[in-house]
Amino acid sequence: MTTWSKIALGLCLLAAGAVAAVWSLNLRDEVDVKTTAAYAPSDSLLARGAYLARAGNCMGCHTARGGQPYAGGLGIATPFGTVFTSNLTPDANTGIGSWSPAHFWRALHNGRSKSGRLLYPAFPYTSYTQVTREDSDAIFTYLRSLPAVNQPNQPHALRFPFNLQPALALWRALYFKPGVYRPDASRDAEWNRGAYLVGGLGHCSACHSPRDALGGIRQTLALAGGLIPMQNWYAPSLTSPREAGVADWAPERIVALLRDGVAPGASVSGPMAEVVLGSTQHLSQADLQAMAHYLKTLADPSPRPPPASGAPPAAAAFNSERAAKLYEQHCAQCHGEQGQGVANAYPALAGNRAVTMASSENLVQMVLGGGFAPATAGNPRPFGMPPFVLVLSDRDVADVISHIRTAWGNQASALTPQEVGRIRANQGR
Amino acid sequence: MSTHFSWASRLALPFALACMSAGAATPFEDTLAQRTLACTACHGPQGRAAPDGYYPRLAGKPAGYLYNQLLNFREGRRHYGLMTQLIEPLSNAYLLEIAQYFSSLDVPYPAPLPSPAPAEVLRRGRQLVMQGDASRQLPACVQCHGQAMTGVAPGIPGLLGLPRDYLNSQLGAWKAGQRRAHAPDCMKAVVDRLSLQEINAAASWLAAQPLPADTHPAAARPAWPAGSPALPCGSAPLPVADAAPSAAEPKVQK
Repeated sequence: MTTWSKIALGLCLLAAGAVAAVWSLNLRDEVDVKTTAAYAPSDSLLARGAYLARAGNCMGCHTARGGQPYAGGLGIATPFGTVFTSNLTPDANTGIGSWSPAHFWRALHNGRSKSGRLLYPAFPYTSYTQVTREDSDAIFTYLRSLPAVNQPNQPHALRFPFNLQPALALWRALYFKPGVYRPDASRDAEWNRGAYLVGGLGHCSACHSPRDALGGIRQTLALAGGLIPMQNWYAPSLTSPREAGVADWAPERIVALLRDGVAPGASVSGPMAEVVLGSTQHLSQADLQAMAHYLKTLADPSPRPPPASGAPPAAAAFNSERAAKLYEQHCAQCHGEQGQGVANAYPALAGNRAVTMASSENLVQMVLGGGFAPATAGNPRPFGMPPFVLVLSDRDVADVISHIRTAWGNQASALTPQEVGRIRANQGR
Repeated sequence: MSTHFSWASRLALPFALACMSAGAATPFEDTLAQRTLACTACHGPQGRAAPDGYYPRLAGKPAGYLYNQLLNFREGRRHYGLMTQLIEPLSNAYLLEIAQYFSSLDVPYPAPLPSPAPAEVLRRGRQLVMQGDASRQLPACVQCHGQAMTGVAPGIPGLLGLPRDYLNSQLGAWKAGQRRAHAPDCMKAVVDRLSLQEINAAASWLAAQPLPADTHPAAARPAWPAGSPALPCGSAPLPVADAAPSAAEPKVQK
């Protein structure tokens, strides 16, 4: 045997070993779909499933704009291409009508379709894997009760190599480990319920955790805040007191924000408004309290020092006189001369973490697109902010945001017109 | 004295309005007007239309029509990203309330601009609007939108007080399938029978017409001419308080 063929043989063996490793990592905690576990659908299981489907906001993604509920077809833009959601109605040919409870469980728990095909993690099975078998059966029972809609699934439009199952298998070997939520014995039942909802069906981590270049989430940074891929909204850290950490909030205030979309000194907008609208406003008081209880205990994994007092950190220069004038002209009527806002209507900007946190994406989104808080039972007639995308230039937006980030004692960095332009270019989808 | 006053008010009123629209300090009020500042920023104060000629008037339009349009944006039958994004998190009940609010506003219409279109185009436009073309089963616009062209409550909009560009782009979007209404989409059936030249003729003539003394929508549609095929139009059901997402009680499937 020549040296070269020895090397070649060695490489082949290594490659085979790697494939075997990826293969076995993908089959961890595999579900045997041939066995028929005890499954007894009942009206109470169905009602529970309807509730849990809300907790998971399944309908939010599995319904196209103007389409039949749960019939899928919504395109989810990712950095790797577009993933289209599937038909979850009980249609035998195009939906999950021919699925067994075990098939559905395997999808939630292992991220695999009825055929065994690996599913793309735009379907957040990285979170849903924490869901219990009983809850999975409940959701399955509910989905089976929906009107069947014959609507074929649309093939994903992913770029090479992300469109290949081996690439997905590799991703899963790196970032996905199936496993039902294991209660922490040192915590009480309410905390564990909250952790189960936040980490499982709530899939808060899908947005609120930073992702690496391959779209994976490192567990050590879970809920530490992340830029939502493609949407250019920043889901603030739920652990940091400088972003959306709630350690020092009263539990009722957290409950109010998740239930009503507004709470004293806080409101939700953008993608989180959709979450409140489609999911958390429908949750029980007990479950919201449990989530609040859990969220309050999240520790900040990487505490950063507060900015040094004195001059505000200015990454970009801006004309403060011009900026103040723009603020006066376009913003002060609602947000106040001193950025004090109007209680229960317009958020204060002075001392508001949403204004001063390091990421300014959401401010640009709000100024360009405007928006309403979600209409909920607790806040049925929200106040709205107009879009300024057609009124203000990139420089205007950068100046006015730089102004609110540095005025009235706020100490955050200024913004450049280029940063505004980047987000404007991605709007209008 | 009276001459002086009218001189002064003619100058002062537009100036005052311009200042108000520029957002000079108006005290906060817990009203729907305050809540809908997000709308009036583009659609003009009180939804009386913006000067750029593209954002349509909202004030005084039939409430059902406005409500249908809000749902059309949210459900993808009309396409304008800013509108869709803005109303996305709102409930049907609130959207209806907003529609009813703008519908209830009685604000004067601006005088129409004289049309630059040739007389022949305007003549053709008038003919299409007032008479249609029976040989092509093309109903007159006034057949549904009311003899006074101020619309018919609750769902049919008026055709006057709208800029030509807006009318042209809406009818063009309908023809291209970019704007749709609830099924059955009667307007699509009509627009499909019109050429782009005819759309422009009708839009040019309509945009140049002054409003009648009574600008309110009519209470009922004019009688349908005997013998012409019916033209059913779809509309959204009004929201019911606490309505379940699906009307039927879900049943367990074994």
